[in-house]
Amino acid sequence: MSKIIDGLYYSESHEFVKVEGDFGYVGITDYAQHELGNVVYVDMPEVDDEVEAGEDFGAVESVKAASDLVSPVSGTVVEVNEALEDEPGLINQDAFENWIIKVELSDKSELEGLMDAEAYKDFIGE
Amino acid sequence: MSENKFTCLHDKHVAQGALMSPFGGFDMPIQYAGIVEEHNAVRNAVGVFDVSHMGEVHITGPEAQKFVNYIFTNDITKMEVGGIQYGMMLYPDGGTVDDLLVYTMGDNDYFLVINAANIDKDVAWINEQAAKFDVKVDNQSENYGQIAVQGPDAERKMLEVLNLDCTDLTFYTFKVVDYNGDNIIVSRTGYTGEDGFEVYASHDTIRDMWDMLMTAGVQPCGLGCRDTLRFEVGLPLYGDELTAEITPIMAGFGFFVKLDKEDFIGKDACAQQKADGPAKKLVGLELHDKAIPRHGYEVCNENDEPIGYVTTGYRGISVDKSIAVALVDAAYGKLGTPLKVHIRKKYFDATVVKKKFHDKSYKK
Repeated sequence: MSKIIDGLYYSESHEFVKVEGDFGYVGITDYAQHELGNVVYVDMPEVDDEVEAGEDFGAVESVKAASDLVSPVSGTVVEVNEALEDEPGLINQDAFENWIIKVELSDKSELEGLMDAEAYKDFIGE
Repeated sequence: MSENKFTCLHDKHVAQGALMSPFGGFDMPIQYAGIVEEHNAVRNAVGVFDVSHMGEVHITGPEAQKFVNYIFTNDITKMEVGGIQYGMMLYPDGGTVDDLLVYTMGDNDYFLVINAANIDKDVAWINEQAAKFDVKVDNQSENYGQIAVQGPDAERKMLEVLNLDCTDLTFYTFKVVDYNGDNIIVSRTGYTGEDGFEVYASHDTIRDMWDMLMTAGVQPCGLGCRDTLRFEVGLPLYGDELTAEITPIMAGFGFFVKLDKEDFIGKDACAQQKADGPAKKLVGLELHDKAIPRHGYEVCNENDEPIGYVTTGYRGISVDKSIAVALVDAAYGKLGTPLKVHIRKKYFDATVVKKKFHDKSYKK
């Protein structure tokens, strides 16, 4: 049974957004980390890069395969989680705590197109 | 597409919660505890793999030796009963039909172990060549189950858990053992770079052995770590490092192609390639960054011009680096050559290194 946190927004490609004011923390869900297995590399954008909803912004790689990261929101990257550079496995330990990028949201209305915890729970069939 | 086949251990993998995925026409376990944990179990202790998907072909008849030596690159006339050789079957142009093991069971009696994905193709190829020889070709793939017990503790577990004393087996030899009335084949072989054994037996015996190994706490391993283990020690996977387009000479396995023996299929092409130098070559690559090269990614020279592609790549597990094997234009094959790997939107610097990233620890 995967962990799902209330109050976050979820995408169909298994990213989450945790909103704080005008900023959103974006990462992959617990369900996603479990499906991937041992995360061995996270390909992250750089600070000041623009991300666009529905577009790739990097990748999470397990031993076996690379999975594209699709941004659920648009905006400017203001911070990347540098801890993941040395310890990508933190995502397996706690996917929600170990977000990947912090984005200054350019269009908060995009959040309405995402799922809430309840809808995401149905989506992954748990 | 036909449905994926099941090995004789399939229900046990599912019941044990393995992550299952199609491989070589079979629904196979990719991982149990996780690729890293299983990989380390094999490098440091012991693990067991279901490799029942592998194909077995029995070749007998008055001309069996002559025939097998004609379709196989290694020289089986150098083998005694109980011996095993690794080598390839080639097309006339030197491209690889498959890589395989040949077990010498007796006079004019050989047991060929071939890749799961190639069983139909190989059996058709072997039968086609056999028309000119007085031999019998018997595809036994459906009748054999197979497990591989691999790792430094393998010899001890074979004895303690399966009651099979293997101390008399040297590397690449086998024996036939009466195991509760079932004639089984036990060999000191594997595909991990570690000491270990492979057992070929009836489905019932293999199922019993699997249960005994599970009860004894031996780590079940999936094909995920089988691939990382073989890759780190420079062993090829058919479909990646050897294909109909990649000859053993290009792949750097010329040692297993005995050009001094009598005629065999692909001999002239390999001799020519060896004399002229192959146009393409398999090399090892070490990236200067943590980004991970994957199968099919483009390899470029320093001017970002494509000169090859990655055949297998990983973030190493026993080797803490991003490493790959790649097929490149031979001009770029020298150790130390700076190259680049195109990963998503960026080009990452890499250096040509030996394609054996981790040393094998075989018991010779």
